[in-house]
Amino acid sequence: MKRDSRFKERQEGVETVQMTLDGDIMTAQIGDSVAAAILAYSANPSRHTAMGSPRAAYCMMGVCFDCLVEVDGRPNVQGCMTLVREGMVLRRQNGLRPISGVQADD
Amino acid sequence: MTVLDGEDGDYRASQGNFGLVWLQGKGADYAPYANLSYKAVQQWSHFASSLQEISGLDVALDQSGGFEFFTDDAEFDEFQGLLNAQHRHLDGRVDHDVLSGHELRKLHPEIGPKVVGATFCGLDGHVNPLRFLHSLQTAVTNLGGKILSEMTVSDVEAVLGGGFSMSTITGTTINAERVVLCAGLGSSKLAPQLGFKTIVRAQRGELLITEKIGDRLPFLSSTIRQVDEGGIQIGGTKADVGLDNSETLEVMCGLAKHAVSVLPMLADVRVIRAWGALRVLSPDGYPVYTQSAEKPGAYLVTCHSGVTLAPLHTKGLVDWIENASGAPDLEAFDEARFSI
Amino acid sequence: MTDADLIIIGAGPAGMAAAISASEAGAKVILLDEQQSAGGQIYRNVGSNHDGRSFLGEEYFEGLKLVEALSRSNVKCEFGTTVWRIEDDLRVVWSRDGVSNISSARHVLLATGAQERPAPFPGWELPGVMTAGAAQILMKSSRLLAKDAVLAGSGPLLYLVAVQLIKAGTPPIAIVETQTMKNAFKASRYLPRAMLASKMLAKGMELLRYIRKSGVSRYTSAKDFQAVQNDDGQLTFSFRTRKRVHQLVTPLVLSHQGVVSSTHISRSLGLAHEWNLSQQAFLPIVDKWGRTKNSRIHIAGDGAGIGGARAAIASGRIAVLDMLFQLGKLSDDQRNQSSTADRALLRQSLAIRPFLDALYYPPKEILAPSGETLVCRCEEIGASTIRQTLNQSGLGPRQIKSSTRSGMGPCQGRMCELPIQGILSSCGKKHLLPKVRTPIKPISLGELASLAERPSTKS
Repeated sequence: MKRDSRFKERQEGVETVQMTLDGDIMTAQIGDSVAAAILAYSANPSRHTAMGSPRAAYCMMGVCFDCLVEVDGRPNVQGCMTLVREGMVLRRQNGLRPISGVQADD
Repeated sequence: MTVLDGEDGDYRASQGNFGLVWLQGKGADYAPYANLSYKAVQQWSHFASSLQEISGLDVALDQSGGFEFFTDDAEFDEFQGLLNAQHRHLDGRVDHDVLSGHELRKLHPEIGPKVVGATFCGLDGHVNPLRFLHSLQTAVTNLGGKILSEMTVSDVEAVLGGGFSMSTITGTTINAERVVLCAGLGSSKLAPQLGFKTIVRAQRGELLITEKIGDRLPFLSSTIRQVDEGGIQIGGTKADVGLDNSETLEVMCGLAKHAVSVLPMLADVRVIRAWGALRVLSPDGYPVYTQSAEKPGAYLVTCHSGVTLAPLHTKGLVDWIENASGAPDLEAFDEARFSI
Repeated sequence: MTDADLIIIGAGPAGMAAAISASEAGAKVILLDEQQSAGGQIYRNVGSNHDGRSFLGEEYFEGLKLVEALSRSNVKCEFGTTVWRIEDDLRVVWSRDGVSNISSARHVLLATGAQERPAPFPGWELPGVMTAGAAQILMKSSRLLAKDAVLAGSGPLLYLVAVQLIKAGTPPIAIVETQTMKNAFKASRYLPRAMLASKMLAKGMELLRYIRKSGVSRYTSAKDFQAVQNDDGQLTFSFRTRKRVHQLVTPLVLSHQGVVSSTHISRSLGLAHEWNLSQQAFLPIVDKWGRTKNSRIHIAGDGAGIGGARAAIASGRIAVLDMLFQLGKLSDDQRNQSSTADRALLRQSLAIRPFLDALYYPPKEILAPSGETLVCRCEEIGASTIRQTLNQSGLGPRQIKSSTRSGMGPCQGRMCELPIQGILSSCGKKHLLPKVRTPIKPISLGELASLAERPSTKS
């Protein structure tokens, strides 16, 4: 069940992008980090740890690694250090990441 | 029984360990070591259960066989030669498989094309090295032994009428009837005081550990393994650089390259930390179990591969020190071999 | 040949000020920062906040001058880059978008600033508990305003965020402060010196007056923080004051216990550090120019000890003078004379620190958590496990780490190192500097492997 955000709904007038979070459409504002967009979207946990404990972004400055999220198939991405992009596919992680996300393109 | 331990920041090979219980290739040049390692890997499973009974900790022993991977044909050939020598030393009791790159990829399609071949030994395995260390510490305490930390011994001398007196850098004095010197790289300083000739040296190994992975790596190898908690450890380098346990950029990148060559699907997995640790090597690299001729009651124990050999160190070695009946013959590991 | 005379890591006040002055003096400067634009955490996003977010306050918009001067300068700015290792010969290894690069310089300035002090209490890991600094970042970068939040802890930032939220029209429902009369008494002896920074004191008083006027409830001498998750996702935040136990239901607990220097890079370089009693953290040892024992590495700003934005600007410029001196561009006299004004600014800005450090000294239960309070958030290890292991054989921080796995997760100890130091110290152990290994932030194997092909990777 989706819970309302812990933050006040933002005024419009800023350019937005559309992404999906676990398949649901999620709108974010340009300039948002992925972690900020998820916090603005809902109060639900953004991941569950290996021991099943719920977590969401904590420090917002790249220090705590609690905002880890799967971005476009790549797991354990720091949501607070990643800017939103149109069409991004986000997934909340449950427990440890799988061995292979997408292959690194090098 | 009291263990005098050093400072928190001392060089500790046990904290940089890869956790292998490994036979493959060991003692190709020295039959007694091949046999010692063979005995140890055979006893590991029993040892792990009794350690768990005493400490309450499961060291996650998985002894279902391990690979050595090769990306270089010459190295592959050379290693097969070593395995054959080891096979002879063990009177054919242990078999190894040799697989071409093609055969290997049929078995494990996820192995990268740069791997030219592999060897496999079914007795090889691994444990969680840090939990193993912790369980040994816990076991000592649970069995009534004492571990005293920040007790760096600076001097040790035989006391008239028997026994030994040790003084620490902070001025504490400890007396004991017998003393076993097993201070790793710290042994060299105290060895001469007890009449030993063995001088150990440091060899740096560098390692990488990745973020934890939910699913299991399909195999174990001597350079790439997954800890039971999920992280993948990559290592196996050797450098003679003295007492320097830094991690270096060149080796970090080289280890990553090796990992990705063997298993391309690891490319996306993040390294959390790299580190260097110092192996403790005797002059010929083989263990030293020796009793002081000059100062009876003093023993020197030092070895590399302390995880593999651990089952022998908790039982056979103790019997040997106690001079119990049925104690193993450890003459081949006496330091007398260095004076020949 | 190096890529630059000076590589600066961190584009906050210290890094920006240093970059501008070095560049003006003709030095070739590369400035690296993890964020997408200049400003650091304090002036975060200030360059693009022209939309009348006046609630953020005048001091925030002061950062605009630096950001604009930086963009007019010849400094080569590389944003969105994470420095994950520095070689002793000053090759700086950094990552951006999954690709690592190496840049070399004759001098390096670390201006990596600070992070909020980890403030563990039961439930601090729950969704809905964040730092006050995080809430401020969300205001600055995403126009997100915390709704009916509880601000909990101590320190100037707590009041600043409170005022910002009140001015933005979303006042917190309460401010729960841990400082006690005892703290105030201890701090009072530093008040005369703090008067040197009378402007800053006055600013602080103004914040407090504003909060009082707004009618937001304030609790002081609060302790025994606890957050519990309710079925609807809200939190019940409980705490004790002298008189009684209080419970507040809120969607957000914004916690803060001051800030501490970020020392992961300086520690990974093996530079000397010492435990600072009043800041309860390890600080790198630098001379009056910010120079470390490696004369070509300087540290400026909060990374060398908390001093705030103005002190950071001054120390950044002072460090540059020393580098210019080493590069032969300034004589000894020129270096000394040019530093006079910034030394005065530094002295004045730092005058208030002993007062603030004493007044907002973190409570013992936060510095040295106990019971089931989570200490290592990554590995999910509680204080009691750390304490048990410690009692077993009296170990130090390194062995605590290897026995319990605390500090082995992706944050590399950034959240648990200080609480563990606090626990060790509460058990009578001395403070031992935990070693930092690289990469100081996680880097993929593929990215590392590609770097193996580069000649500049070799030592």
